[in-house]
Amino acid sequence: MSFVVVLSVGAAGGLGAVARFLLDGVIRSRTRGPVPVGTMTVNISGSLLLGLLTGFVLAAAVPSAWTIIGGTGFLGGYTTFSTASNETVRLIRAGHTGAALLSGFGTAVVTLAAAALGLSIGLHVA
Amino acid sequence: MHLRAADLGLVFIGGTGGTLARFGLAEVLPTPEGLPLGIFLVNIIGAFALGLLLEALARRGPDEGRYRTLRLLLGTGFLGGFTTYSALAVDSALLIDAGRAPEALAYLASSVLVGLAATAAGIAAGSRVRRGPAAEPVP
Repeated sequence: MSFVVVLSVGAAGGLGAVARFLLDGVIRSRTRGPVPVGTMTVNISGSLLLGLLTGFVLAAAVPSAWTIIGGTGFLGGYTTFSTASNETVRLIRAGHTGAALLSGFGTAVVTLAAAALGLSIGLHVA
Repeated sequence: MHLRAADLGLVFIGGTGGTLARFGLAEVLPTPEGLPLGIFLVNIIGAFALGLLLEALARRGPDEGRYRTLRLLLGTGFLGGFTTYSALAVDSALLIDAGRAPEALAYLASSVLVGLAATAAGIAAGSRVRRGPAAEPVP
């Protein structure tokens, strides 16, 4: 793999992290309550987009290099597991059981459904 | 919400480093039986490290100055970019498509549960970080 590709993956991940930071900031400033809507929105939308991208690549509609830069890079940097996990533990500790279940298991179930939806759209539309 | 260009720069630099670290580890670590062990380990290590970092920073002082700089660079940037949810979700969906639903659900559920335990362990480790420069080191 070329040095340029590796640098592109890194920079795409940096941009993904900035996009996450900005979107989470906007959502935080507009929502109330303990449910971490910002991180959930980021992870669900990123899973849908990675499913779509993977579907396109599997259908050979776009070159597989796209999954490295767009998927591993941008969407990998955009979505986050560590923050979701930390927010869930904080909610458990604060006694917000419903919000913790939504953040922990709700995110897992909905991101899986979003990824499956993206995959099937990508495979059939392409 | 007011933004500072320096904040975006910190998140970008950290996110670039975290993404490259994940990319490198996922290339090196094996995928036994088609299971994405690399991403699993990355997410668990990242969840532990973020718990430790955020707890240690919160115990040291308010979220401003260099504590805020470290949180944005290492937490939001590096560990946020290092760990990933999209690969976890898509790899699980691909396993289901391949007729391996039990393994997909086990991968997803164990990631979430082990991730929560790793986060709690990270917070516990972070709470043992000494408070200030004057404090005695923990024996």
